[in-house]
Parts: sequence; C-alpha cells; structure tokens
Amino acid sequence: MLNIKNLQAKVEEKTILNGLNLEVKPGEVHAIMGPNGAGKSTLGHVLAGRDGYEVTGGEVDFEGRDLLDMEAEERAQSGLFLAFQYPVEIPGVSNMEFLKASVDAIRASRGQDAMTSMDFIKLARERCKAVDLPQDFLKRGVNEGFSGGEKKRNELLQMMLLEPKLCILDETDSGLDIDALQVVADGVNALRNPERSFIVVTHYQRLLDYIVPDYVHVLSKGRIIKSGGRELALELEKHGYGWIDEEVA
Amino acid sequence: MSEQFDQYLKSEYAAGWVTDVESLTIPPGLNEDVIRLISAKKHEPEWMLEWRLKAYRGWLEMQEPKWAHVKYPKPDFQALSYYSSPKSMEDRPQSLDEVDPELLRTYEKLGIPVHEQEVLAGVAVDMVFDSVSVGTTFRQKLKDAGVIFCSISEAVHEYPELVKKYLGSVVPQKDNFYAALNSAVFSDGSFVYIPKGVRCPMELSTYFRINEAKTGQFERTLIIADEGSQVSYLEGCTAPMRDENQLHAAVVELVALDDADIKYSTVQNWYPGDENGKGGIYNFVTKRGLAMNRSKISWTQVETGSAVTWKYPSCILKGDDSIGEFYSVALTSNYQQADTGTKMIHLGKNTRSTIIAKGISAKNSENSYRGLVKMNPGAEGARNYTQCDSLLIGDQCGAHTFPYIESKNPTAVVEHEATTSKVSDDQMFLCQQRGIDPEKAVSMIVNGFCKDVFKELPMEFAVEAGKLLEVSLEGAVG
Ligand SMILES: Nc1ncnc2c1ncn2[C@@H]1O[C@H](COP(=O)(O)OP(=O)(O)OP(=O)(O)O)[C@@H](O)[C@H]1O
Ligand SMILES: [Mg+2]
Repeated sequence: MLNIKNLQAKVEEKTILNGLNLEVKPGEVHAIMGPNGAGKSTLGHVLAGRDGYEVTGGEVDFEGRDLLDMEAEERAQSGLFLAFQYPVEIPGVSNMEFLKASVDAIRASRGQDAMTSMDFIKLARERCKAVDLPQDFLKRGVNEGFSGGEKKRNELLQMMLLEPKLCILDETDSGLDIDALQVVADGVNALRNPERSFIVVTHYQRLLDYIVPDYVHVLSKGRIIKSGGRELALELEKHGYGWIDEEVA
Repeated sequence: MSEQFDQYLKSEYAAGWVTDVESLTIPPGLNEDVIRLISAKKHEPEWMLEWRLKAYRGWLEMQEPKWAHVKYPKPDFQALSYYSSPKSMEDRPQSLDEVDPELLRTYEKLGIPVHEQEVLAGVAVDMVFDSVSVGTTFRQKLKDAGVIFCSISEAVHEYPELVKKYLGSVVPQKDNFYAALNSAVFSDGSFVYIPKGVRCPMELSTYFRINEAKTGQFERTLIIADEGSQVSYLEGCTAPMRDENQLHAAVVELVALDDADIKYSTVQNWYPGDENGKGGIYNFVTKRGLAMNRSKISWTQVETGSAVTWKYPSCILKGDDSIGEFYSVALTSNYQQADTGTKMIHLGKNTRSTIIAKGISAKNSENSYRGLVKMNPGAEGARNYTQCDSLLIGDQCGAHTFPYIESKNPTAVVEHEATTSKVSDDQMFLCQQRGIDPEKAVSMIVNGFCKDVFKELPMEFAVEAGKLLEVSLEGAVG
C-alpha cells in the first residue's frame, strides 16, 4: 500500500523529516506517537502533497505509483486521505456543497458520474448519524464556528463519505470528550477491512484501547526511532520518550 | 491620443467620411451638428433635440472626474464616433467559424446553446428562432397587464408625456461629466412603465431585446414603477457580448412612486482586456433610483468585466419609510481596475438602507469600494447598515475601501463593517486534499464569499453568476 524509504523534507530551509522509513500493508493499522514538534503532522502534509515542503531525498510508493510525483488532488483521488490536526474554516461554503464537490471530484477521477443531489443528501445524512453530528451541520459553512470536537467529527464525516484506501488521522482524538472518542473509534473500526489501511497519529495510548493497532512507532526528530506492537504504547505511557532516546543513542 | 484609441479608430473607421443620413456611421467628433444628426436619424421630435443640446452645452463646461482610484489614458472625445447603426447582415460574421475562438470557449463553459451563441457573437442569423415566439407570447402577456416595455427611442415617439416627465428627473442632464455626455448623444436603451398597482407578470430582461437594437456605447434606461406596482428587471446576460466600443457611458434612472418596488439586477461581463492589460472596455455608468413614500429600490450587481469600471448605483430615499438596497460583487483580475460602490441619500423619515459589497481581487488588479451614506436633516430615525468585504487572491492585487458618512440628523444610525481576507493556503490545501482541483477550489471559496449577494439574484441568474466567476477566475491561481 504505502512504502516510505529514507524520506527527507525541509520547510523554510529547516530539515524536519530526516530519513524516515515506514511500510504500511493493506489492512494494517499503524499508530505513530512522538513528542511535540517531532514531525508527525509534517509527515502527513508531505504525504498529502501540501505546497511549501521541499522533499530533499527518499521515495514514497503508494499502490505502485510514485506518490511524490503526484499533485495533492491526485493523491486524494487515488485514495489517500488526511484528517487534519487543525481543520480550517471556509466561510460561506456549505458543508454539503463542499462534501459533494469532494465526492464528485473523486468519482470523476474514476470515470464515474456525479451523484444526484437527492442520493447525495441521503448518503450525507446517514454518515452524519454515524459520526453523531446533527444534520444541520451540513448546511453550515465548512467548519465555520464549529467547536474543536465538532471539527474533528466533521473530518471523520469526510472520511466516511470518501471511503479512502489509506487514512491518515492526525490527532483526531485530541480535544475529544470520551463519548466522541468512542464515536471516532467506531468510525475507524467500521471502515477497517483487509484492503484499507490507517496511520493514526496520537499522543494518547487510550485511543489505542479502542482502535487496536498492528504496529506502534515512535517518531522523533524526523525519523522513526522505535517500532513495536500494541504494548509499546503502554510503555510510552509509563516512561515517556526519554528512555528511547537514550537507548538509540 | 492614446495608442489604444488610435488602434480602435483605425480598425473601426477606415471607411472614412460617410455623408448619407441613413448610412452606417457618423464621422468621429462631437459638436452640435453631430447631435442634430443623431436626433434626425432617429426622427426625434424637437423637444428631444433641445434636451440633448442642453446636455451637450453643459458637458462642454464640465471636467472629467479624477477622484476615482483608476488609471487610464484619457479618451479623446473628438476622436470617437457617436452614432453607428447596427451592422448589416453582410458585414457580420456569417457563422460561428468566423468568431473569435476564445469567445466561443467562454460560451461553451457557460453552457450557452449554439443559437444563442450566434446571437451574442453577432453572427448574421435569422432572428426567427425561438425569440419570436417567446417574444410574442411575452409581449402579449405584458400588454394584457398594461406594462410598457420598449426601446427608449420608441418611447420618445409613443409615450412622449412619460418620457418628458421622467427623463433626467433622477439623473439630471448635467449631473456629472459622463451623464451629460450620455444625455447629449445617447443611442438607445430600454423604457419600462408599470401602471399603478400592477405586479409585472414576469422578470423583464434586456436579453429579450438583444436582437432589436444595438444599444451600444451610450445606453439610456428609464424605469418607472407607478404607485403600488412591482417589477424586477435584469440587465445584460452572463455571456460576454462582442462589442467594438471601447468607451461606455450608460445612464439608468429608476423612479419608484409611492409603495412601488423595483429590483434591478445586473450581471456585467464585458471584455476586460487580455492578461497583459491590453484592450478592454471602459465603463462609466451613472445609475440612480428615486424612492418615494414606502417604496423600495434594490440594486444587485455582479461585475466581472470591463478594463476600467466606474459605477455607483445609488438611491435617493426621498419618501418617508422608503428602502434602498445595494448588493454587489465586483471581481477584478489581470490588470482590471474597478472603482464601484453606492450612494444612499436619506431624505425622508425612517428611511432604511442596506449595503453589502463584496470585492474580489486577483492577479494585478485594483478593486475599490467607494460608498456614501448621507443622512439629511429630515431623515428622522433613518438607518443604514453597510458591510464591505474584500477577498484577495495572491499578493499582487489591491483592495481599497473608501466609506464616506455624512450625518446631519442625530437620530439617524449608520453602521459600517469592513473585512479583508485572503484565500488561504490552508483552505486551498483542504480542498485539494479532498480531491478538488485548485481552480474549482478557488471558485468555490469565492462563491461562498459572495453568498450573501448571490441569494439576492433571481434564481437562474445566481447559478450563471457562479459559473461566470469561475470562468473569470481562470488562471488566477498558481
Ligand atoms: N511552515 C513552517 N515553518 C517553520 N517551521 C515549521 C513549519 N511547519 C512545521 N515547522 C516545524 O517543524 C517541526 C515539526 O512540526 P510538526 O507540526 O510536524 O510537529 P508534530 O510532530 O505534528 O507536533 P505536535 O505533536 O505538536 O502536533 C516543528 O518544530 C515546527 O515548528
Ligand atoms: Mg502535529
């Protein structure tokens, strides 16, 4: 599915990703943890093709294609999804309109016709229920005046609608109350299948009680410094990151 | 004389002097004889000629306004030709194959059917197409309601009393430089009269009149809504029309008598010039409405065209409890310059006005909002609310706001809000990450920004206006 080899990236002349390796196979869930400023969000942005990052080395293969060679929208169209750590507002553009434009753009890239408005509204309402977001959020501007938790649920709504192949969730659990955390976990677990993979960035091992990962990685100073199973998260919870740095050093 | 005008003259008037009264073009230049000639060609009555001459004499004394935030070479008014009748069928393109492909591409994007494309592009088509049948049923319906909708030239002959009474009653001949010029040489335009208590049975659109007259450079429109009547008028259509005139100076006058309601919507999409700022139309318009007791005048406009725009649709709220509204979207790209806004003059008691102005600037363009809210001593309890938002795309463009507030009545309330925002990288990335390409993303964000204005437009106009913004913004990203 995704194979990252020795990825290096700079922003504003500052090296953030520094030889990062990661392989994600179909159906796997990888959790990425690591201290603030380690480069976790940067990894998500670079994979999703955000402008302003300069890839200075390495390669990324996504489903047999050179990911780094694709435009951001192409990456999305070929099934890569990023749930943002800080979702942005687009005033005046209704959520419904935005979601339909998105679904239609992705359908178009696969040679499918746009959905009829009726079908789409029905689908969008269903998905709203799944993420426990009242339907009037469809009429409001994209993230306009949404609370922190509502924004995160809106990200999840988009993921449920687009049914991507690879979902990168950047701290989707941060700032959520316990019920909302359950909703996010249920959403992810509902989408989990042998073809779909997840990269879940989180600071809290608690999320991993709900979304049980196949692997846990520690990202520090722009590279993965330790990988393990579910139990690694528990150790991190107990001991923090310091001991790994020492171990690696 | 500027090079642009030079060029324009070369291409246009190579034929030189033409003397025959019925012929195509009056030679360049402006003097009283030219005005007499225009009037004679239109077989106008003496009073109309006198009216024009009075305007001309006033114009001679006037100066071109300089205060607008626009720069352009000063037109040489003696080098322009002031009357030109429609080109004959032989002179027009004979089929769409002969029309500028760039123009056709725009039509296609706007989804305009082929036969309408032909009309818009000025192809010599037989006008028998649907407009005749549409036109006839439509005329009959209006006639049954007692509504008069014809060209202003026709009105001068058929309804001289109405024209005499109201022409220049809102925009006097010597109101300003361009209005005076228009009054002296106006070519044609629309005339509407809605009788007392009548709700006009359909939206009136200049579109229905496209084939009738090439109203051209100095268009003159007069709309009178008699007591308790109601009308919605749509000016222009969203497709850019082929147009040879570089300077446009139109005048629109609206009269809303007691309890009347006029809604005037414009979508203006004239040639803005190319990406280097060459060519394009200079548009200097005077639009004003007079609102009597309890009446309402609402201006809605979406402007994406013209190289230079100078335009301030205004309301004189003379009657007590009258209402003025101005909803505007002005988009500039490339090297376009727009200085637009409105004037709300509150004279009567409890008069109310609302101004929602949205300016979008892309590339190297300059977009200015200029608005005056004036509360006269008699405007007891009057209120104004102004909201003025600018959206910037890229960092080479400019947005400026010039609000003027004059309040001479302590009970009057004036509220003004202004914002400036940018289409942010974060917004663009969000859209792209959801599979939406950058051009579509910008147009979606811009449409969202304009929502408060678009919802004031008649339904199908709103959809077209959205598409138009998309076409106008092409190449504005990246
Ligand atoms: N546009 C930018 N300009 C300068 N520095 C940047 C920019 N974007 C990211 N950085 C820096 O890159 C480093 C990594 O940031 P990143 O957001 O990837 O961290 P993170 O691991 O997601 O942290 P957190 O856990 O706090 O979300 C930080 O030091 C940050 O300040
Ligand atoms: Mg982060």
